[in-house]
Amino acid sequence: MFGKLSLDSIPFHEPIIMVTVAAIALGGAIVVGLITYYRKWAYLWTDWVTSIDHKKIGVMYFLVALVMLVRGFADAIMMRTQQALAAGGAEGYLPPHHFDQIFTAHGVIMIFFVAMPMVIGLMNLVVPLQIGARDVAFPFMNNLSFWLFAVGMILVNLSLFIGEFAKTGWLAYAPLSELRYSPDVGVDYWIWALQLSGIGTTLTGINFFVTILKMRTKGMTLFRMPIFTWTAFCTNVLIILSFPILTVTIALLTLDRYLGMHFFTNDMGGSQMMYVNLIWAWGHPEVYILILPAFGVFSEVIATFTKKRLFGYKTMVWATAAITVLSFIVWLHHFFTMGAGANVNAFFGIMTMIIAIPTGVKIFNWLFTMYRGRIQFTTPVLWTIGFIITFTLGGMTGVMLAVPGANFVLHNSLFVIAHFHNVIIGGVVFGMMAGFTYWFPKAFGFTLSEKWGKRSFWCWLIGFYVAFMPLYALSFFGAMRRMQSYEQSEWQPLMIVAWFGAVIIACGIACIVIQLVVSIRDRDKNRDLTGDPWDARTLEWSTSSPPPNYNFAYLPDVASIDSYWEMKQQPGGFKRELATKFEDIHMPKNTAEGPIMSLFALFFGFALIWHIWWLVGLGAIGMFVTFMFRIFNNDTDYHVSAAEVEKTEREYHKRLEMQA
Amino acid sequence: MATDTIKQHDAHAHDGHEHHDAGAMKVFGFWIYLMSDLVIFGTLFATFGVLATATAGGPTSQEIFELPFVLVETFLLLISSFTFGLAVLAQNAGDRGAVLKWLAVTFLLGAGFISMEIYEFHHLIAEGAGPDRSAFLSAFFTLVGTHGLHVTFGLIWIAIMFFQISKRGLDSVTMPRMLCLSLFWHFLDIVWICVFSFVYLIGAM
Amino acid sequence: MSDIHTSHDGASHGSYKSYIIGLVLSIVLTLISFGVVMTGSFGIPTMMITVVVTAIIQVLVQLVLFMHLNTKSEGGWNVLSFVFTAGILVLIIGGSLWIMHNIHINMMLG
Repeated sequence: MFGKLSLDSIPFHEPIIMVTVAAIALGGAIVVGLITYYRKWAYLWTDWVTSIDHKKIGVMYFLVALVMLVRGFADAIMMRTQQALAAGGAEGYLPPHHFDQIFTAHGVIMIFFVAMPMVIGLMNLVVPLQIGARDVAFPFMNNLSFWLFAVGMILVNLSLFIGEFAKTGWLAYAPLSELRYSPDVGVDYWIWALQLSGIGTTLTGINFFVTILKMRTKGMTLFRMPIFTWTAFCTNVLIILSFPILTVTIALLTLDRYLGMHFFTNDMGGSQMMYVNLIWAWGHPEVYILILPAFGVFSEVIATFTKKRLFGYKTMVWATAAITVLSFIVWLHHFFTMGAGANVNAFFGIMTMIIAIPTGVKIFNWLFTMYRGRIQFTTPVLWTIGFIITFTLGGMTGVMLAVPGANFVLHNSLFVIAHFHNVIIGGVVFGMMAGFTYWFPKAFGFTLSEKWGKRSFWCWLIGFYVAFMPLYALSFFGAMRRMQSYEQSEWQPLMIVAWFGAVIIACGIACIVIQLVVSIRDRDKNRDLTGDPWDARTLEWSTSSPPPNYNFAYLPDVASIDSYWEMKQQPGGFKRELATKFEDIHMPKNTAEGPIMSLFALFFGFALIWHIWWLVGLGAIGMFVTFMFRIFNNDTDYHVSAAEVEKTEREYHKRLEMQA
Repeated sequence: MATDTIKQHDAHAHDGHEHHDAGAMKVFGFWIYLMSDLVIFGTLFATFGVLATATAGGPTSQEIFELPFVLVETFLLLISSFTFGLAVLAQNAGDRGAVLKWLAVTFLLGAGFISMEIYEFHHLIAEGAGPDRSAFLSAFFTLVGTHGLHVTFGLIWIAIMFFQISKRGLDSVTMPRMLCLSLFWHFLDIVWICVFSFVYLIGAM
Repeated sequence: MSDIHTSHDGASHGSYKSYIIGLVLSIVLTLISFGVVMTGSFGIPTMMITVVVTAIIQVLVQLVLFMHLNTKSEGGWNVLSFVFTAGILVLIIGGSLWIMHNIHINMMLG
């Protein structure tokens, strides 16, 4: 009846997990209680869950990402604690099977359920506004993408207290992830969480690719698009072309595990090395899926807060495009040591080094934009400067790893860990935090506390260096990654320093939470009434904060790069005049089909993990039937009446006048 | 020519434009989806290419492929691609009856293809050449089977289109969907040409 | 907006003539490659080249005559996206075969 699932699947004997579960249950109960007490369920359902408004979907992505950041960070500090303790024969407090799940979960969560939703969340919030559109190309699909992603996130979290998670490392290398060596449900959780959320990501990629190509407002040619939109565009190209590789790779592993096939087994002709090859053919473009939008954020932030047009707009675009293409020709550098010959290793080594060139171009573009600019040292700018320094350093250790000879020494050591945290924290996290601070007022109508933002930045920056510089050093002494314990007690002092760094980062995360609380408390003091709190350059700042659900009462007309800034520079300046005549606006309707389909997808995935075949069938049929409802639903859009538009716009102008 | 106020368009004209574009945007979006599907098949081809000789002492491609049988399958799919083209031409002419007729013919040809494929798979498994026999056979069954699954989804889609067009006729909802389905169907033909050439013909050499 | 909205339906519509030419070409090309392999009287290289070349031509026939892919539809983005995807696929498939072949030789896996 319940397949492999039984009461024994719940890890009652693990005190750490049980305490966590109890804490989550308590927290969940409080949230549910509060929502019920304030009678907010209907509001949540109609205004958020079923919403096809890209701004709200963007906010939901970012919210999930922040929650998962806490979960992923909890994993991180547990690992650092274990390694700070388990030296010279000591066992620490985490047994190997638990430690292995933690480093797997940490990697999976941070990449798929923190970095990706931050990137996609910002893209959702910003791109349609920047190109002067009222929504994305396929609004229903956008909602479905989010909920499919949420299903993956829920599955990962379910694994915490029903069964276990994979013990294989975040990419589940075969043959360790094959049935013979991982007979438990951990890898199956990994498979279905990534498969379902990955499909959501692919749909998002298609959606925003078409949105950017087809929904730009009048006059916005490709080379007038804001840089963030450009980087989002390239990221979507990478998603469309690389995520299917992940889908196939995971599907083949699934066939091995569920139907006894032999793609990656070590008998009957299977090739484990093909798994490594395929997973990195996706994995390397994935790195750039994350970092390109961060580059876009920094470009917007730097141009806005130096009050200058970005230096070398076109070179920035072409550098982004070059990285997009090159990211598909470097994947072997993740497995130089797998046994390919010198010619193959040399080719991929050189290709990897070549990527540093367009990246270097970008660094100089940002530096030259700041040069002789009037820099305002706001929180987003601090994140950007911290990024430029940290990322350059991480990029250089990357070039070191790109030398095949050096790679043979450094492979699988803490050097690799230090390197990719150097670029992911210094690049993606700093970028997303800059974007979060920069666009928060656009989403909510008030600015975030600068004081707590800056404190968060300094904690993250210092914490990063304290946590990861020791790892570079340790790697030269021979410390490998993923060690549950180690004999060499002389490594322990540096491990303790690294642990201390993680604690400083914890303060950084706490500052973000405090920043949110303080800013929400003081929101009336920090209202953004104009819609343009930073005196910025691109179209999203030309509408109110938060924008009405139709974004623009009239679609803007664009004549240059940074057209909103240009409009403001005209004699007399940019006037937010109230139009004399309003028109109906055609908008898509909210719909429950996305969340319902995803709920069935959750049953489907969960049932496959536990081999509950009737529930698999139910989930599949449920998804199909709900989709049929969508197909035969003719009532998918409506018109916002001219009167309603006028009312909304008049309120906005009343606020403007009050401020003036 | 920067403007000092955000210009006001004639919203009605623009609105009409949006409606007009919605169908084209769907077809374009579907084309982009096909590109991602192409990557799925490309990855499966790469896997098959790497594992084609990994027979683990089991049957080899020369032993199990029956080319004349596969040629018939190929022709069924080729002709169905053509008949779907006729359905699209009928749609352009606004002839609902002819659209339904050619959809039905296409469905039958596709169903014939799938039946033959199921027969082939059944035959191979019965002979002990199932997907769990060797890496080569895993790759073969997965590549050909993924195409077969796509064709099956195509058949379901054709059935739904048939129902929908007979119910509501050719309008702004059904016509773009027909164009998407036609792209899907021709796309599956293209994939099959590659399967026929690179899996069956080269495998039989 | 001219560069965005050059085409409205995504593709041109074709005619009976193009579909019939496409069908005839497809059948002829299929028969050529099938015949070359079935007769078995050619060397492996000849057969390989014939199969690959006819397959490529047939894919182009389907793209142009059945799917009406042309450089004008959607402002060229249909063609551009296809060419880019095909290029990336060449890199991924070619790269995978190259890498795995090289590994097999170096690790003496046969």
